[in-house]
Amino acid sequence: MSGILQYDFMVLGLVAAVFVGLAAPVVGTFIVQRRLALLGDGIGHVALTGVALGFLTGTAPLVTAIIVAVLGAVAIEMVRARGRTSGDVALALLFYGGIAGGVLLIYLSPGQSNSTLTSYLFGSISTVAERDVWVIGGLAVAVLGVVALFGRELFVLCQDEEVARASGLPVRFLSLLLAVTAALTVVIAMRVVGLLLVSALMVVPVATSQQIMRSFRGTMVLATALGVVATVGGLTTAFYIDVPPGSAIVLIALAGFVLSLLIGRFVRRSRTWESTP
Amino acid sequence: MSAAFTMTGGEVALDGRPILRGVDLTVRDGEFLVVLGANGSGKSTLIRTLLGLVPLSGGSVQLYGTPPGKFRDWGRIGYVPQRLSVGGGVPATVREVVSSGRIARRRRFRRTAAEDRRAVADALDAVGLADRAGYPVQALSGGQQQRVLIARALAGEPDAFVMDEPTAGVDADSQRLLADTLAGLRERGKTVVLVAHELGPLEPLITRAIVLREGRIAYDGAPPAAAEAGVDTAGHIHAHAHAHTGVLNGWPDVIGSRAAAAEAGATGEA
Repeated sequence: MSGILQYDFMVLGLVAAVFVGLAAPVVGTFIVQRRLALLGDGIGHVALTGVALGFLTGTAPLVTAIIVAVLGAVAIEMVRARGRTSGDVALALLFYGGIAGGVLLIYLSPGQSNSTLTSYLFGSISTVAERDVWVIGGLAVAVLGVVALFGRELFVLCQDEEVARASGLPVRFLSLLLAVTAALTVVIAMRVVGLLLVSALMVVPVATSQQIMRSFRGTMVLATALGVVATVGGLTTAFYIDVPPGSAIVLIALAGFVLSLLIGRFVRRSRTWESTP
Repeated sequence: MSAAFTMTGGEVALDGRPILRGVDLTVRDGEFLVVLGANGSGKSTLIRTLLGLVPLSGGSVQLYGTPPGKFRDWGRIGYVPQRLSVGGGVPATVREVVSSGRIARRRRFRRTAAEDRRAVADALDAVGLADRAGYPVQALSGGQQQRVLIARALAGEPDAFVMDEPTAGVDADSQRLLADTLAGLRERGKTVVLVAHELGPLEPLITRAIVLREGRIAYDGAPPAAAEAGVDTAGHIHAHAHAHTGVLNGWPDVIGSRAAAAEAGATGEA
């Protein structure tokens, strides 16, 4: 590990990876409970257009990505809240539009190429600059702050929306808040694992954790730990054996999931044993 | 005596299909009202509309004198939905779910106070799940999950409970336990509105029954036992189970509600 820390880009990368590993599973726990596991994918697709707009207009892609991802998340939430069957198709249209628009705009941008596209689609943590790490860190703190402040309300919302309404909670506001928080998380994770794999960091550690844990809080805490292990472990692996970090991170997370299935089966078996009267 | 819930000329249509057709209903404080009717008669829609969960297409609803959209005192209301929603399967313990019932009573930035903990502990005791507090709700039986939902509402210490079929799919033991819990609520003067298919051990608690039929109130008055035996013999029936002329008129429908349900299934009304 000491070898890795001699390189500034790796230090910056690791700091970014820790932020992403912390923030993504925290938001992911609520998203998964709300049956919106694919929300992150949707926002990721839309965010590509944001990145491309940055290149086209000469603005920082991180900033335009935030703006477009947030707008996309609000649009997705509004379609979801309508709750019509056509919402499914409307979302799909939004996703395709996001990717196609992004690819087209990057192609039109001066001096940009397929490698720019690839670096955003699949991540390029080694090119993370110090300024990016500040932005990523700030966003991660904002995301964790939202959950610390509104966690109780979001828990009720994600358990049962009607109960949330009958408890007087501002359901529309909380739903938008969750969608916007997810959008910020996507942008944070974009540089680390890439837009196409962002959602994996929000979903896989949670899916792993819920095989083993019994409480919501416990699931979230373990998912966060798993998220950090996956991002830091994946990045370190990529450094030593020269594979793309994004895929290494996600494959480590998935390996954890497979392992948890086995552990979970064992844990549950011993639990039924103890709970049988 | 003030009214917990008032519906005036309530009409609800879902996807253009009328579900409630002009319902007038006032539930006074301390009433124990059961909503009966065949499947598809609009029972569930009625109580969810009372809470503002389903929009009205005509008429009006008031909670303690205020329309749901402007109502702020949600701590007075405890809603028990038909079943525990599983969502995406993230585990939650019994204690976590029951504690979340305090949400309308808690202020932000305040840590869990002693009174919150006491309310949650009392709620768990009342439904006999104190020893299961650390269990994931997903691992409980249907009857136990139903008790968790009731405990969540109890934890909020509301004045009025609205319960959607709390006895559905609940075994006999759980039903008796539920009846004890509800009897406690009645003694403390709480208002209860519940939807039920069969009354079972709840029957002696009920002060008033309404029967819905195709979105209209077909009967409103004394509960079945009292209606059959005459209001006087059932001493616990309050005077506001106002002696309808022809109290028995509605009853053949209710008593034959299984037949009605079967008929509804056959005609596709449900």
